[in-house]
Amino acid sequence: MNDIWSMLSDPNMQWIFLGCTLLGLSSGIIGCFSYLRKQSLMGDTLAHAALPGICIAFMLTGVKSIGLFLIGAGAAGLLATFGIGYITRHTKLKQDAAMGIVLSGFFGLGIVLLTLIQHGDYGNQAGLDKFLFGQAASMIASDVVTMSIVCGLLITVCTLLFKQFKLISFDAGFARGIGYPVALLEQLLMLLVVVAVVAGIQAVGVVLVAALLITPAVSARYWTDRLGLMVVISGVFGALSGAVGTLMSASVSNLPTGPVTVLAATLLFGVSVLFGPTRGLIAKRLLRKQVKKSFTRENEQLAKSGANNGVKKEAAL
Amino acid sequence: MAAPPLSVKGLSVAYQKKPVLRNVSFNVTEGELIGVIGPNGAGKSTLMKAALGLIPSIAGEVLVYGKPYKQQRKLIGYVPQRESVDWDFPTNALDVVLMGRYGHLGWFRRPGAKEKALAMECLAKVGMADFAGRQISQLSGGQQQRVFLARALAQDAKLYFMDEPFAGVDAATEKAIITLLQELKKQGKTVIVVHHDLATVQDYFDSVLLLNVELQAYGPTAETFTQERLQQTYGGRLAFLDRSHQPSSPAGKEG
Repeated sequence: MNDIWSMLSDPNMQWIFLGCTLLGLSSGIIGCFSYLRKQSLMGDTLAHAALPGICIAFMLTGVKSIGLFLIGAGAAGLLATFGIGYITRHTKLKQDAAMGIVLSGFFGLGIVLLTLIQHGDYGNQAGLDKFLFGQAASMIASDVVTMSIVCGLLITVCTLLFKQFKLISFDAGFARGIGYPVALLEQLLMLLVVVAVVAGIQAVGVVLVAALLITPAVSARYWTDRLGLMVVISGVFGALSGAVGTLMSASVSNLPTGPVTVLAATLLFGVSVLFGPTRGLIAKRLLRKQVKKSFTRENEQLAKSGANNGVKKEAAL
Repeated sequence: MAAPPLSVKGLSVAYQKKPVLRNVSFNVTEGELIGVIGPNGAGKSTLMKAALGLIPSIAGEVLVYGKPYKQQRKLIGYVPQRESVDWDFPTNALDVVLMGRYGHLGWFRRPGAKEKALAMECLAKVGMADFAGRQISQLSGGQQQRVFLARALAQDAKLYFMDEPFAGVDAATEKAIITLLQELKKQGKTVIVVHHDLATVQDYFDSVLLLNVELQAYGPTAETFTQERLQQTYGGRLAFLDRSHQPSSPAGKEG
């Protein structure tokens, strides 16, 4: 315990701790809606699509800043979603295939651009690859400020538009029927996912950032049947993963923060699957056992009384 | 004369090259229960979705009480097909019914006590008051259908669209739905229902609309729901007995 406090008294450490926790919180919240809209892989696609966007943003400006990267990644993400939409509308391909194509295409382009950058003379390109593949330790105060703004924005929008997001996730046709601008709301949700993804890339990298969107949401579903609570639990799980990830990696030397955060989220998922109150495996097994027991007992009683009746009938004959 | 609840003029819809709905025109009389009948792929659901503006049409006009649909949304209630949503969604029956009030609530306002009381009333009307707090995946198919109906009731509309509310429900639910339809009719509301079961058409509906890509016939059930018109609508593939008109039809009761 003392170790943890002494660790947290290091200001550098405080920033990383705060940044990862906020990141987990915002990804957990927005991830719920992606998961319920059956777009769990959208986060993955957007993360991979962000790579060329960030590279281009860097090539154009020569500056490493989250704000600029956000714009680049956002534009690339938007292009990717349009691409997926176009493919699913105009071909017979399903969304998963379309996502696969777009994801790998963008990622390939991103790697090519990254190689070009590394061999070019930008002077400050060192560390860009670390940024893209995740290095929470490189987080500084301004990054955490950005993260706080992102987190605040996500929570505000999700609170204000909770009703709308809920309805388009459950029954988009009905939402359209009562006059909600469903396409616009869907784009807004997508934009929020892009924001969460780009904010998370620095900490966990393009490959793993999708895990922070999916895993807490899926885990939270095991604990509740109410959307409002699910979003809160998912946010808490995300934040917890971020916090645990940072503390673990700080206390054991050479452990990377991002991957440990993802592992912590996965562990929470395992716990949820096992111990969820009604949906969990253990709860289900217990329930089945109980049902079986009471059924057998009732059946035996029925059989007994049935046998008695049979005897009586014979006697009557 | 006041504008009819629904007036459709030359409505055409095409998903790909071939139109699924061609040049459909009709006017609905207020306070009627109308059955939309036709074979699979005839465009029944499409007609409903296009009229509601859920899918784009390539031609035609839809007027609700004399005005474009977009200005009259609050007058319209909609019951989609039950299979159109994922019932494992984390929410309960009451919450789904509350969604019927969203269109009346302001953009940022949450449903309050007043809305909840109204939603409970609607659940009671479909005999589901005891299930208000039940997670929706734990309801039977018929109960889910009734929740959808309660949600439409909560919309407090004047014109209702129901897409196959009778599909795959048990007898209790079928009875609950038909009681509700009668109740709506009594209140002077107009209900348009996509329907599959030809045997019950004459019992349930005042008017029928026979559809097979094009409008085949539309009018009072007694005059429109005839053997001849049905054969025409179903392309002669139908062996069906029209009970009231041709009791000794050679088509036979089988099939």
